Amino acid sequence: MNGTNLIKIALRALANNKLRGFLTMLGIIIGVASVITMLAIGQGSKKSIQEQISEMGSNMIMIQPGADIRGGVRQDASAMETLKLQDYKDIVNETRYLAAISPSVNSSGQIIYSSNNAPTTVYGISSEYLEIRRYKIEEGDMFSEQDIQSAAKVCVVGKTVIDNLFKNGENPIGKVIRFNKIPFRIIGTLESKGYNSMGMDQDDLILAPYTTIQKRVLAITHLQGLTCSATKEEYTDLAIDEISEILRRNHKLKQTDDDDFTIRSQQELSSMLTSTTDLMTVLLAAVAGISLLVGGIGIMNIMYVSVTERTREIGLRMSIGAKGRDILAQFLIESVLISVTGGLIGVLLGIGASLLVNGIARFPIYIQPWSVFLSFAVCTLTGIFFGWYPAKKAAQLDPIEAIRYE
Amino acid sequence: MNQAFITDKREIIRLEGITRNFQVGEEVVHALRGVSFAINEGEFVTIMGSSGSGKSTLLNTLGCLDTPSEGEYFLDGIPVRTMGKNARATLRNRKIGFVFQSYNLLPKTTAIENVELPLMYNSAYSATERRKKAIESLIAVGLGDRLNHKSNQMSGGQMQRVAIARALVNSPAVILADEATGNLDTRTSSEILVLFQKLHAEGRTIIFVTHNPEISHYTSRNIQLKDGRVINDTYNNNILSAAEALAKLPKNDD
Repeated sequence: MNGTNLIKIALRALANNKLRGFLTMLGIIIGVASVITMLAIGQGSKKSIQEQISEMGSNMIMIQPGADIRGGVRQDASAMETLKLQDYKDIVNETRYLAAISPSVNSSGQIIYSSNNAPTTVYGISSEYLEIRRYKIEEGDMFSEQDIQSAAKVCVVGKTVIDNLFKNGENPIGKVIRFNKIPFRIIGTLESKGYNSMGMDQDDLILAPYTTIQKRVLAITHLQGLTCSATKEEYTDLAIDEISEILRRNHKLKQTDDDDFTIRSQQELSSMLTSTTDLMTVLLAAVAGISLLVGGIGIMNIMYVSVTERTREIGLRMSIGAKGRDILAQFLIESVLISVTGGLIGVLLGIGASLLVNGIARFPIYIQPWSVFLSFAVCTLTGIFFGWYPAKKAAQLDPIEAIRYE
Repeated sequence: MNQAFITDKREIIRLEGITRNFQVGEEVVHALRGVSFAINEGEFVTIMGSSGSGKSTLLNTLGCLDTPSEGEYFLDGIPVRTMGKNARATLRNRKIGFVFQSYNLLPKTTAIENVELPLMYNSAYSATERRKKAIESLIAVGLGDRLNHKSNQMSGGQMQRVAIARALVNSPAVILADEATGNLDTRTSSEILVLFQKLHAEGRTIIFVTHNPEISHYTSRNIQLKDGRVINDTYNNNILSAAEALAKLPKNDD
């Protein structure tokens, strides 16, 4: 007995009971369609949150010195002066997973231009910072490598700072502003980014070479932090391991010592913010999954009735030469055909329903290929799993009794 | 008919001291208590007995559906007793054609598809060969004009003909008929017997299990069972023609 014949036999049996086959399928159709729709809604809201987060920067990783304990008193986070320029250089030289790295030192205070002043923060960074945080120069230029080398007193300013200092619409480029009595010449302005998802104004800042801030403003030699971006989102964890290895080596930490730095990634932030939608997705999918399970039990129920009803047919098939495994295969193929066809229709219906939700309710949806593949695989397995018992029962029938079954 | 040449023919069935015991609760039921006989190619044998005589058990044994407790059964020279389930299924598929009292056709299925069924379980046949063989068989039983009729569109006699065609399609060594006329009226029964006599005349080996003594007049040999033993085994030297009997029956108007 070959496979084609078995499939033909199963198809014929299904064709003899079209309505019943369809009703059985309906359970699977509804199950699969709801799994796909629910996952699409869940993944859609997750994705829209992730997009908001990625506005802040691309695959960002932030390194800060650890909090020190002095005389039993835990100090402010990042109070330790453990991050050195050498750490920055080593990471730049050795990294395999980082696309951009910028040191960071910052200072808050009043910024003054003629009769105007405003509170803001000056970030001492390298030019790669723009790429990491997705800032763009609107007018003028970013400071150069040479400006960093020479600790030049130049800066690039954000939109809010310009609005606060240049009330009558002057061109800020070339103007000199003062921060902590130190004059900075504005060489560029930043494109506005607006507020981020946590309500922080991303345009209220001044960017200057980190060397300038270190030497001329703060008078320190250490770094307050490093900001990096991983080459790809999936490499974030690898990048963190890599950085941690370099820093532990540079800081001569023993196996048993705690890290004297902390590394946080945007991914962590994103997973924190998406955990609610993840939970929602899981709940929705679980409810949908239950309906798929109920659909599977429907298959088992119908196949079971079908085996009883067709006992004589099974007896006949056995007496004319069908082996137990032929009967098993026949009924398994029937139930798999039901579940796979139901699965296919369910996938189409689920995609349609998701698009409808998107079109009518304007709800963000995202259909992940794996969710389609997964629900399809699950319903095939459902067919095999729930078809197995009735099929096994059919295959174990005694032909002598089956053929005379009334 | 051709019983004069029986001794020259090949032996199709050989039973040697067959016993079959069933355990029913505490008791052991002896359905067959030592049955021995041989059937040659081309014989048309009735196996007769009342209910409880063991004829169903004997039929199951002959049909390789059941294996004897003791003794040996050779079907076309092949010992069956020690065979496994799957091997017996294949043996049935190649060597035996079954005809049942209740036809056992697949519902809502055409005559051709029903007849093709045994060949579906034999991968040696392609779809075209299968169809060709099925059509040949249906023509042989006189249903050449009803190839695509579905089983629920046919009369009892026609359904039994389809069942006989299905038993012929694999060119079996022996056709086993189990009360094949039991569900039919006298006229249709005679028609079916005419068909069996025709198949017998063509040289086929047929075993007809029945409790109806009349059937034995139309067959070449009669084996009688009682309480699990053969009590009578005679050759019929005066085989009646079923066709003549049919002609004598009053004509149906409908």
